[in-house]
Formats: sequence, C-alpha cells, structure tokens
Amino acid sequence: MESDGSISIWFFIGICLLVDGVLIFAAGLYQLFHPPAHPVVLASLHANVWWGAVLTLSGVVCIWPVAPWRRGSKK
Amino acid sequence: MIALAAFAAAPARLAHLSPIDLVIVAFYFILVLGIGFYLKGRAKTGEDFFMAGREMSAWIAGLSFMSANLGALELMGWSAAAYEYGILAAHAYWIAAVPAMLFLGIVMMPFYYISKTHSVPGYLKLRFNEPTRALSAISFAFMTILMSGINMYAMALLLNIVLGWHMSFSIWISAVTVAIYVALGGLRSAIFNEVLQFVLIWAGSLLIPILGLVEAGGWEQLKTQIIHNTSVQYVHLWRYLGSFHNPMGVNWIGVVLGQGFVISFAYWTTDFLEVQRVLAAKDLRSAKMAPIIAAGFKMFVPFIVILPGLLGLVVLPHLTGASLAAGGAKSYNAVLPLMLVRYCGPGLLGLGVTALIAGFMSGMAGNVSAFATVWTYDIYRALIRREAPDRHYVQMGRWCTILGVLISIGTAYFVMQFLSIMDYVQALFSIFIAPLFGTVILGMLWKRTTGKGAFWGLLLGTASAAGMFAWERQDPSAVRYLALSINAKPLAADIYRALWSWIICVVVTVIVSYFTAPKPEAELAGLVYGATDIPSEENVPLLQKPMFWAIVVAVVFVAINVIFW
Repeated sequence: MESDGSISIWFFIGICLLVDGVLIFAAGLYQLFHPPAHPVVLASLHANVWWGAVLTLSGVVCIWPVAPWRRGSKK
Repeated sequence: MIALAAFAAAPARLAHLSPIDLVIVAFYFILVLGIGFYLKGRAKTGEDFFMAGREMSAWIAGLSFMSANLGALELMGWSAAAYEYGILAAHAYWIAAVPAMLFLGIVMMPFYYISKTHSVPGYLKLRFNEPTRALSAISFAFMTILMSGINMYAMALLLNIVLGWHMSFSIWISAVTVAIYVALGGLRSAIFNEVLQFVLIWAGSLLIPILGLVEAGGWEQLKTQIIHNTSVQYVHLWRYLGSFHNPMGVNWIGVVLGQGFVISFAYWTTDFLEVQRVLAAKDLRSAKMAPIIAAGFKMFVPFIVILPGLLGLVVLPHLTGASLAAGGAKSYNAVLPLMLVRYCGPGLLGLGVTALIAGFMSGMAGNVSAFATVWTYDIYRALIRREAPDRHYVQMGRWCTILGVLISIGTAYFVMQFLSIMDYVQALFSIFIAPLFGTVILGMLWKRTTGKGAFWGLLLGTASAAGMFAWERQDPSAVRYLALSINAKPLAADIYRALWSWIICVVVTVIVSYFTAPKPEAELAGLVYGATDIPSEENVPLLQKPMFWAIVVAVVFVAINVIFW
C-alpha cells in the first residue's frame, strides 16, 4: 500500500489512535482529580486513563514505521 | 437487523456526549473525508476506482473482507441475539462463518481471481450467459441499495435513541460523508475506511467485555449467574441442539446445513459486497490468504459481540423484547449501547459511539461501492452502453455512487414510514443470496452445468424462496412444515428457507443442464474446476502456504467449538 511512495493506511490508523488516545487519557486524568457526580460502573478502575494510554502507545507504534517524514529523511 | 424493530420503541436518550466525546466523533469525520480527498488522485482508471488497482496485500484485503461484515448493525443485532438466545448466537461467528471463509480462500478464490472478473455477476457472464448475469446483477443491485438505506436508517435511529440526535441530521451527514469519500477514492477509499473501522471497533468495544467480566466476577461466575437467571441451555453451543427445545428453536441439522452451510457459504462466497474486497488483492496467493486471515480474526469477534450480550443477562437482567419495550422497559435490542453507557465515561463514550458510526458508515460505503461496480460493469456496460472509453465508466461509477447514496436516503425515509419492512430484510437476503450460491458453486465445480440450467435454477430458486416467505407471512403456522417445528423462531425460518431454496436451485439447475447442451470444455478454462490450471504451491515455503494457515485456523475453530460445547 505504500511501495509507490503513497501514505500507508497504517499511518491514518495511527493518527486516529493517537489523537483519540491522547483525548481519552486527558479526560481520564481530569476525572481523576475532579470525580464526576454520577460516575460510570467500575469508575474506580479509571479505565479511560489506562485505555487512553494504550491507544496512544498503539498510535505511535502504527505511525512510526510508516511516517512520511521518516521515509523522506532516509532518502 | 434483529436490533432494529425494537429501537423505535426504546426509551429516549440513554446518554449525553461531553465536549471531548464530540471532538472524537468530529475528528473521525474529518479523517475519513481527508482520506477520501487524499485517495482521489489514485482513482483515475476503472481498475483503480472499481477494483482498488488490484494491489491490496493479503492483510488489508482480509481485514477489509471481515470489516465489510462487521458493521454496527451486526454488532448490535448479534449482541441482542446473545441476550435472547444465549451462546447459541455465537454460531453466527463460528460454524456460520469460518468454514465458508476457508472454502472461499482455498477452493473458490482461484476461479474468481484467475478469470479476472470484476464482479460475481461478471463471473456468471463468463461462465454461463448474459441473462444469468443480468438476473443476478439486478437482484444484487436492488438488495445492496436496500441494505445501504437500512444501515443509514439504523444509524440514525441509534443516534436518536442513544444521544437524542435528530434522525434527518444523522442521515444526511453520514450520507454526504460516504458519498464524498467513495465518489472520490472509489473502492480503495472504502477499503481504507473499512480497515480503520476494524481498528476503531476493537478500540471502542474491547473494554465492555473486559470490564463486564470484572463486574461479573469472571467467566465461571458469569456462567453460573446466567444459568441461575435463565437456563443451562444458554451457556452451551451444541449440547442442547439434539432437539428443537432450545432458546433458538432450531436443531443441529438446521444449524449445520442451513446456517453453517447454505446461508454462510452463500453470504461469504457469493455476496459481491464481500468478494469484491478479495478481488482487490494484488495476486492469487494474497487473494487466497485474505479470507483465511479474516477467518482467524472472525473467531475472536464474539468476545466483543456475544460476550456483552451474555454479560447483559447478568448485569442488566430485566431487559425485554421488542413488543414489550413499547411498555417503557428497556429493550435487549439496545444491550450493546446500554453496556457502553454503563462502563464508558467521557472520551471512552465518544470512542464507542465513533466505532458504531464508523461501522454503519463503512457498511453503507461497502454497499454503495459494490452497487457502483455492479451497476457500471454488469448493467450499464452490459445492457446500455457497451463501448465507451474507460474514463466514461469511471465517471459513471462516481455518479452512480452519489445516485446510490441518494436512493439509500430515500430507502431510509421509506423504511422510517413502513417500519415492518425492516423485519423482511434478513429474509430478503436469504431469498436472493442462497439460490445464487447454488448457481455459482455448480458453475465452478461441475463442467456439465449449462447457461440455461443456471438461469432457470437461479430464477426458480429465488421465486420459491419468495413464495415460502409469502406463505409464512400469510400463515405463520407454515413454519411447522418449512422450518420443521412450530417452535421455530424467525431466524430458524430464515435458515430453513435458505436451505430449501438452495436445494431447489441446485435440483432445477442439474435437471435443466442434463437436457441442454453445455459449453465446450475449451471455453471453460479459468472458470471451472477440472478445466483450469491453478498455479502450484509446491515450492512455496510452508509458512506462506494458504493451505497451511487454513489448517491452523480449522484446528483452532474445532477447539473453540469443543471448549464451548
């Protein structure tokens, strides 16, 4: 999908995971210090903090090998 | 589909999106439009626009192949089915998917791929004749556009009930987005977004079973609670299929032959919406590997679909069916969104909603791109304008995409007024697709099959299925004959109707073929087993052999069925 110099699909997926992950992680951190009045079930597990971190990391892993700027710097 | 009927009666607004949730949803729309504009420059020829340049790797084609079926409609419908039928609903992901996908990869793909057809109706033209192609193309185009509209309507209904969004707003914003990115990038754009959707669905849904199992106290505790709340039949896959007295009202013959063979093989091997993804593979080995990779992933989808339904039986034990929901109680048809709202706070809720929207839009895009291909190649070029420059057909494909979306919008509003039509869609699928499988499989595996045999078999198989459906609607007790049990639920009736219509198609095709002249064998090269040189894989390393991976998937498949027996 990228042999002709075009952007890989994994780059778009990585961007999506990275942006969503950062937003969810930030929302989780905010809730950590400002607990909501009506928390969801098992809110004590702070799923948005660790799931946001997992998504962010996954996004970086998807982007890094196929990033257009890395391909450019190799040439 | 199972989820749809009840939504109209479900309680209003289950959740509110926070600003951060809205940002996540909005970012998804911006990203898919960006992908469409980016890919526009790579959709210049017919081969680019309709077949994605036939350059997809096995992984991309495989994930797209599976994602085209992993729409939000299926996610919610089968979660609801798990709540209603217990673990029996998992058959849809195992016996009713894995064998057919492996069969497509190992047996059928060589003929589709070597013939270089653009579509399943196109294969029927090469193998048989123009009337058979026209019959299957017209029925497929009709079905596809109807399904696209149903997807649109279902999404609008879900967003209306879960979030309180106006239905027209949801319909138009999703329709315009899909029209733009498919018209710009063609099949490649649809495939990109399907793979993105695949990742989003896992990212947005995986937390539900994880947190649900934590709340339920683990798998063993969950089973104990389910048995306590319902019966032991809800936690066994095969043990209680010796008779019709189980939650689904179907026995093992119906599951194996109807759901596991006819419906499953018909859908996965002859529905062009699916097959188109694999035809876009870069070579024959990738085309064979793609359904095998998809089958490997498919086996684990019940973790995010069936398990939430089973968890609902324990943590949301008082949900009701469609008709009871009108009384104000929450319906189990909304069990997946209910579980999402139960566990997902700000951010995670936005991701879950985005995953559902992505599933719906991807389903729409898949239908519209398949419709554009079949219309342009199998109806417009075959019956209306045979000779035109390639760019003319690309333009036709782009306009046809927009037209298809507009018709889908019309269908969505039509369905809105006549709600009962939605109940028929699953049945319509069994009417049109099951006989088609009979035609295609005979064409591929039996050289003696003739064009006239194929045409009459397909026509009478489809007509008989429609007749059986009409009979059931006229006299509901007809299921005692057609589905072999008065206890048969609608899903069981669909299973048996598909089985009978497939048998009628095959019998008629065989009889007519024996009385008509077959094509000379020289004309069957590349189209039929026994007349086609399939490239040998003797010198291919073991780990690159599709057959090796098919066996691995088959072993895991058997193990899963034994574990949940």
